[in-house]
Amino acid sequence: MKRFFARNAPAYVFLLPWLIGFFLLALGPILASLYLSFTRYDMVSAPRWIGWGNYEYMFTRDRRFWKALEVTFTYVALAVPARLIMALGVAMLLDKGLRTIGLYRAIFYLPSLLGASIAIAILWRQLFAADGVVNQVLAMVGIQGASWITDPDTSLYTLVVLAMWQFGSPMLIFLAGLRGIPRDLYEAAEIDGTPGWRQFTRITLPLLAPVIFFNLVLQTIEAFKTFSSAFIISNGTGAPSDSLLFYTVYLFNEAFKFFRMGYASALAWFLLVIIAAFTAIAFFTSKYWVHYENERD
Amino acid sequence: MKTSATDLELAIQMDEAARVAHALRLKRDRGERNGRILKHIFLIIVSCVMLYPLFWLLASSLKPENEIFGSLTLWPSEFRFENYTKGWYALPISFTVFYINSAIVTGLSVIGNLVSCSFAAYAFARLNFTGRSFFFALMMMTLMIPYHVVLIPQYVQFLNLGWVDTYLPLVVPRFLASDGFFIFLMVQFFRQLPRELDEAAMIDGCSPFKIYWAIILPLSLPAMGTAAIFSLIWVWEDFLAPLIYLNDIKSYTVPLALRLFLDQEGQSAYGQMFAMSVLSLVPVVIFFVLFQKLIVRGIATSGMK
Repeated sequence: MKRFFARNAPAYVFLLPWLIGFFLLALGPILASLYLSFTRYDMVSAPRWIGWGNYEYMFTRDRRFWKALEVTFTYVALAVPARLIMALGVAMLLDKGLRTIGLYRAIFYLPSLLGASIAIAILWRQLFAADGVVNQVLAMVGIQGASWITDPDTSLYTLVVLAMWQFGSPMLIFLAGLRGIPRDLYEAAEIDGTPGWRQFTRITLPLLAPVIFFNLVLQTIEAFKTFSSAFIISNGTGAPSDSLLFYTVYLFNEAFKFFRMGYASALAWFLLVIIAAFTAIAFFTSKYWVHYENERD
Repeated sequence: MKTSATDLELAIQMDEAARVAHALRLKRDRGERNGRILKHIFLIIVSCVMLYPLFWLLASSLKPENEIFGSLTLWPSEFRFENYTKGWYALPISFTVFYINSAIVTGLSVIGNLVSCSFAAYAFARLNFTGRSFFFALMMMTLMIPYHVVLIPQYVQFLNLGWVDTYLPLVVPRFLASDGFFIFLMVQFFRQLPRELDEAAMIDGCSPFKIYWAIILPLSLPAMGTAAIFSLIWVWEDFLAPLIYLNDIKSYTVPLALRLFLDQEGQSAYGQMFAMSVLSLVPVVIFFVLFQKLIVRGIATSGMK
């Protein structure tokens, strides 16, 4: 017992801040959130147990909840592939045949670093305004642009474009992955006269699969959590006509504008379930399309 | 005589072959060079498109109000530097206060992240203890949890502690290693350091703390630098937590202050709003330019964000 203590004590001293944080800032709140999701709680009076009431309301009667799901899923389905395709395309351009790529890499990464800031969200609102830059460019080629931000049919696309603009970090990860593919595979394919497209589908894609998988999972989780830009561009409400009612924006409003803390907790838990489900699906299907090089089978 | 004739023939043949090979190589090189030039042209165009919004923001911050919209040119007809000086004082409280607030929150958060995350990472990467893989798995799972799930109970907790409208809810979690990303990044780095160092130090009678302080930390400056820069940039840009915890305008951080400009929209102070937006990005851009290598390597090695 004494030896057990002596062996473990130093490690737990180092781990102590994280352990406290884990219990007080992660595990505790997650369980509390689960409890609150079964209550009605307005922060004035004590939480009142209402069983499945919140969830029942959410799934059967709350139209805005379904709208928020629709907006968020549409966004994830458009923004994640768009960003990853941009990232992979540019990474492949940078990977081969160029001697110096440092400056390009920096330029393409910069938006990812700035993208989450309020300044960029403010900028985006103006770029896509009715008299904004985007419409002026379109006018030059004779297209009458929409009033992108205020038109509920188009507002979501402005955020998809914003997501595309920030393809920098998956690009860097793809670049590192491409560097790991042995050059002689391409040389052999070249000698055999394999066309470029087939080199891509037969060499690049399969060998890059673990990296693609990794980026896909990470970016999907990120996309579900999108908040600041949607909040700023929609004036904090999800406007126009709830077309920018991202799940997180809806949750924020329920919690901190209307103080429906119990209901917001139910929303939060469902978000956790969605993200966990997506991650699980990715992991379980990965064995069919992701093969690791040092795997023996 | 005869041999020299065949020699000559052979020499001519070889010369011919060499010429053909050279011509082929030239052709290939030229093809490659053409391809490279095409690539550069394409990449330069993409770069311009990527950077245009940022330059537009910068240009608009210097333009007279009536020139901001309705013109694509980036060069202002006259430079309005007063957008900056007026914008600085445009809100009820000057931006000096907001920058000091942001600097306090960011500075403390960066220190907190570095200390607490490197502690945890050292335990995970270098020490053997019961429950290590269990806790490591838990830590990795917290990476997946959206902040929104823990937000409400945390808010209630901090409200009961009387911490709302102070910087404690923003700073204290960072001293408790709440950002698992940095732990992961440091674990990845610590693991690469040779084990023999610890073992040799242990035999010499060094305590685990001494090993952490005198061996691991000094060897991990690149990883610590990467973590410092990332946490600096993220905390600087952080919006949600300040939005929830700071209600008094005197305690606002820069992103919250920028949002106030939006509420005043219609008063046609776009130039000033853009000027302050530009200023809010300046620290991030400076750190990016200075520490680009660390940032790029950090992403490539940890593979995150």
